[in-house]
Amino acid sequence: MIFASYNNIISPLGFSTEENFHAVTHSKTGVRKIIFPFATEPFCVAKIDDEKIKEHVSVIQAPESFTKLEQLSILSIQDVIRKSGLDPSGERTLLLYSTTKGNIDVLENSYPHMNPNRVYLSELGKQLQSYFKFKHTPLILSNACISGILGIIVAKRLIETKQYDNVIVCGGDILSEFTMSGFKSFNALSGDPSKPFDANRTGINLGEAVASILITNQKTYAGKYDAEVVAGASANDANHISGPSRTGEGLFQCLQQILKDNHSEIGFISAHGTATPYNDEMESIAFERSGLSEVPVNSLKGYYGHTLGAAGVLETILSLESMKHQRLIKSEGYEIKGISGHITMIDRHKEKAFNSFIKTASGFGGCNAAALFKKIN
Amino acid sequence: MDALIEKLKGQIIEQLNLAEVKPEEINPDSPLFGEGLGLDSIDALELIVLLEKHYGIKIQDPKDGKTIFQSLRTMAEYIKSQGKS
Amino acid sequence: MNAITSYAHIKHNTVTVNGTVVFKSASSVSIHEFLLESYKFLAMNYPKFHKMDVQCKLAIIATEFALRETALLTENDLAKIAIVFSNHASSLDTDKAYQNSISDKSNYFPSPAIFVYTLPNITIGELAIRHKITGENAFFVCEKFDPALLINYCESLYLNGIDAVIAGWVEAETNNDEAFIFLSESQRNTNKNAIFKPLNQTTLTELYNLT
Repeated sequence: MIFASYNNIISPLGFSTEENFHAVTHSKTGVRKIIFPFATEPFCVAKIDDEKIKEHVSVIQAPESFTKLEQLSILSIQDVIRKSGLDPSGERTLLLYSTTKGNIDVLENSYPHMNPNRVYLSELGKQLQSYFKFKHTPLILSNACISGILGIIVAKRLIETKQYDNVIVCGGDILSEFTMSGFKSFNALSGDPSKPFDANRTGINLGEAVASILITNQKTYAGKYDAEVVAGASANDANHISGPSRTGEGLFQCLQQILKDNHSEIGFISAHGTATPYNDEMESIAFERSGLSEVPVNSLKGYYGHTLGAAGVLETILSLESMKHQRLIKSEGYEIKGISGHITMIDRHKEKAFNSFIKTASGFGGCNAAALFKKIN
Repeated sequence: MDALIEKLKGQIIEQLNLAEVKPEEINPDSPLFGEGLGLDSIDALELIVLLEKHYGIKIQDPKDGKTIFQSLRTMAEYIKSQGKS
Repeated sequence: MNAITSYAHIKHNTVTVNGTVVFKSASSVSIHEFLLESYKFLAMNYPKFHKMDVQCKLAIIATEFALRETALLTENDLAKIAIVFSNHASSLDTDKAYQNSISDKSNYFPSPAIFVYTLPNITIGELAIRHKITGENAFFVCEKFDPALLINYCESLYLNGIDAVIAGWVEAETNNDEAFIFLSESQRNTNKNAIFKPLNQTTLTELYNLT
């Protein structure tokens, strides 16, 4: 059995999983309008307060020698190591890092005192390896917006094939002029807080976060969650590099794959729900085609924006909390149905008895992924 | 108008990397999207960049692109109407 | 028994397929010209190719060469073919091009057509579209070609119901452009040109170092 265990979230809504879960269940959102030095108009984003970061990084040795993403990643991974008691230098332990752009702010010359090669993702891995003394070189996965959830699926497979017993999956991405201007050029950003699946949705809010979770086959590290990673799959639409398949082909294929041996009732779906017109529409069609019309659905992008490589890990962790507390989290921003597929949105926080959920994601390059998690009785 | 259309042909071929298309093969009245040149949604966004870069025209609502980018001729007419040729 | 059925290696403007040099451009030729010459040599009719960044072109061309020697696409369900790529630079070559388009505020034209290629897995997406392959995807970033990683991940995909994998290393970096693509299949395919090498680290390391 493969457990989804100790975890941490660092986001605008807090520096621990508990703080984050408390915030979202009290309908707090991290999304704000901010004017950045490089732009004249404000961006509606979920940004971590710089002062808060300063307070927290004091526990890191020589924090100035690390980039912002590295600092946040160290804090997040440290929390998981401390809580679980896992030895990072163990032969059977791996760090898997999921990110889309990593230290892309190095290209923007944000750290003139650092070696420019820090922009390489393997350098990010090396920094984290040497800080924690991981025995193995961290494995880096960069697969657009499915990076986070795919990281958890890859971790499960590495454990299944007996290469490791413990994999810490850390997903992280920061706000940068690079990604903000890029998504803007795609006309994909909303000027207001995003409204996933709503009729009046106009696009994405970008966000920044780092989230880490221990995936393990060791009962001793299973923690208080008693949750299992049951199945996971990815698939490609083979349709277009920036637009999703109109029929949700790839996501449908993923769902078929994870549901084929698992017919029992699904508690809820944590959707990707970026609030772009095409993404949400596509997801609704894929869910309906998969016979999941009656299963409650939320998107957490209304609280965190789209945190890219972190999203899948962050949203899985909050969904595990949801399952632990038997509480469904409201899909923030949703008011009026704005998709053609028949699905059931979670329109308010509510209690529910359930023991499984699905996490999905889709991204540029036509990629899709889905994973099924279950409570262990 | 014809001179502007010819200029646009070259700019579109360059901006959209249409390496196998020759200027004389583009009919100013055939559709740019779908059949015709077979452009896609990223090309549509690039055409918006092209108008801004070469003609200083900012399309505020990308939905307007649909009518402006019907054909080379509609594009040229739009540039003229903005007094930017 | 899972086997490697074909492979192609592009390096120094030379394409080697299953150990034999099949196409070559002069070493003075730029990577862009070399890729265009390869495209013409393969008589590909695929206008989308010209819109791609160097990394995608390298992957498309190398895979095209490798696929010609097998029946992989016709003898496997396209939903059960996985694509697993890796490299060191992620999409840095294109990242730099995009960064240039936004670094001068008086000449600020962020290009969506460049930005879309600033994710390494777009390489997988382009290949999937080219051949209508809809199976599993993963893009790993590591310091150097890692046969153990690729072999182990292929094996885990076979345990998860995948029938064939297109895998390898695709790197677009000035003076260091390289693609090494190998095809692996769980069933023998009928193309007489296909090779049948065991899918293991030793073999893969050998094939990679051979050229």
